Amino acid sequence: MSAPSSGGASRDGYGKGLLRIASDPRVVVLEADLGKSTKSCHFRTEFPDRTFSMGIAEQNMMLVAAGMASSGKIPFASTFAIFTERAFEQVRNGIARPEITVHICGSHGGIHTGTDGSSAQSIEDLAIYRTIPGMAVITPSDDLSAEELTVQLVNHDGATYMRTARNKTPRIYNEESVAQLRIGKGSLIKEGEDVCIISCGVMVIEALNAAEILAAEGISASVVDMHTLKPLDSELIGQQIESCGCLVTAEDHSVIGGLGGAVSEYLATNVSAPLEMVGVRDTFGQSGSSSDLMRTMGLTVDDIVQAALRSISRK
Amino acid sequence: MRNGGMSLDLQALHDLARRCRVNIVRMTHAANSGHPGGSLSAIDLLAALYGTRMKIDPNDPNWYDRDRFIMSKGHASPAVYSILHEIGYLSESDLMSFRELGSVCQGHVDMKWTDGVDFSAGSLGMGLSFGLGCALAARMDDSERNVWVMLGDGEIQEGEVWEAFMAADFHALGNLNVIIDRNRIQNDDFVHLQMEVGDVAAKLSSFGWSVKEIDGHSMKEIVDALQWAETHNSGPAAIVANTVKGKGVSFMENNPSFHGKAPNDEELALALEELG
Repeated sequence: MSAPSSGGASRDGYGKGLLRIASDPRVVVLEADLGKSTKSCHFRTEFPDRTFSMGIAEQNMMLVAAGMASSGKIPFASTFAIFTERAFEQVRNGIARPEITVHICGSHGGIHTGTDGSSAQSIEDLAIYRTIPGMAVITPSDDLSAEELTVQLVNHDGATYMRTARNKTPRIYNEESVAQLRIGKGSLIKEGEDVCIISCGVMVIEALNAAEILAAEGISASVVDMHTLKPLDSELIGQQIESCGCLVTAEDHSVIGGLGGAVSEYLATNVSAPLEMVGVRDTFGQSGSSSDLMRTMGLTVDDIVQAALRSISRK
Repeated sequence: MRNGGMSLDLQALHDLARRCRVNIVRMTHAANSGHPGGSLSAIDLLAALYGTRMKIDPNDPNWYDRDRFIMSKGHASPAVYSILHEIGYLSESDLMSFRELGSVCQGHVDMKWTDGVDFSAGSLGMGLSFGLGCALAARMDDSERNVWVMLGDGEIQEGEVWEAFMAADFHALGNLNVIIDRNRIQNDDFVHLQMEVGDVAAKLSSFGWSVKEIDGHSMKEIVDALQWAETHNSGPAAIVANTVKGKGVSFMENNPSFHGKAPNDEELALALEELG
């Protein structure tokens, strides 16, 4: 697939997606003083009557969203990924437990967030929301897929968490290929035979770059964009184990409980295959540019290449 | 009841509350667990609310334009279930299955399990925010439905409640009404020993709310205050109801140990004798 070189950040896609579903009068947007950052601000500009400022008060925001949903609305509540976590118990007890459909979007996910420092770099959001019964967990890889998956949420029954990224990344999809995406179905971007790199979020482009480097060394790698961590597309993982025989996961998130954790759970109870995990190793980030931080934390294309070689050697 | 309550007079409300008190002690005794104290303190308020104001329909529990009642202090579930029994939502056997596996009477009120319950409580501090969402939705729908939220006084130690108090004023929600069951006892001990919440009415006034403070066991004062709250539409209204934990059963009254303890056989017999 030829990837257009330029794109926005996935958070831009969320903002555009909200505008596309605004024709449904049930859609409402809740903000916690970070609308300019999450990009819900565009919806506010166009539809101020359906945008609700909750101030810097995330716990209240989550339950207000639940109350609106119980009265027939489709709420999209967004703030930084890390600040959604402040309201974790509200999401657990007030939204997911009574099976209320609220769509939560946490922007600025991961180390990639950069200069704001470790307080803003959520490295555990995907893990914690994955533990909540019935909750779907989504982390798109580019602006177009974030937009498409946001649009699909309007017809999704059940609570969801979507993580978006602060910074721009190259596009993975084009307008035609993005329409094929479905919540809960992994996207096989490149087919290979020697190793499968299962990636998500901002690491998908790094996985594609790693596959190119490996190809130059005669190694054929599959690349999967596992934009939905839950429900996990175990059928696709099973197929890739059959065709490639070993796996690498790549995520801008702790390997504990995230994509690496999810794939490990699948392997442990289904089929045995070597797995190497690229992700945050039980440590916090710091301030710095995205590229400097990703290098320091072991989240580069080279880290994926080395992990692929290790995984292949363990076959 | 679609037109607002059951139009009960004061004597009928007293009778309703007394029958509910009997069921509160019976169901907690049958379950050998549960929270009688905070159910008994709240029941006069609930009897008056359902007896005079709530626009609901037992034949159509999910009627979209019904008034909403959010029991935020969800451990007082026996109070809610006893009212729902009186107006036809729950059977005698439902009440007596309280807290058993598969029962529609869950330990804490739960909208997923029980018709007539509008909120899944159990974790304190969340109900006012939920009610705020219901009130915003009602305004968007141009509906006249009202939202009633009951909070405990210990519960307002939770920070989220104050986020919601602030937000309700900011959004000028005249269709949102709060009743605070000020029984002065929480799980471990008296409120003033755990974390005194002070002059609640003054605090709410300073948050922009219109407030009335009443005797939460005077049926006349309750009925008047509920009418005031419902017709007060310029912003959110709160009723601070001074109550007695365990009200109606002498050995439970103002006794912290009956916050979360069921009566034994002997205590049940005594309680039923007192309640008549």
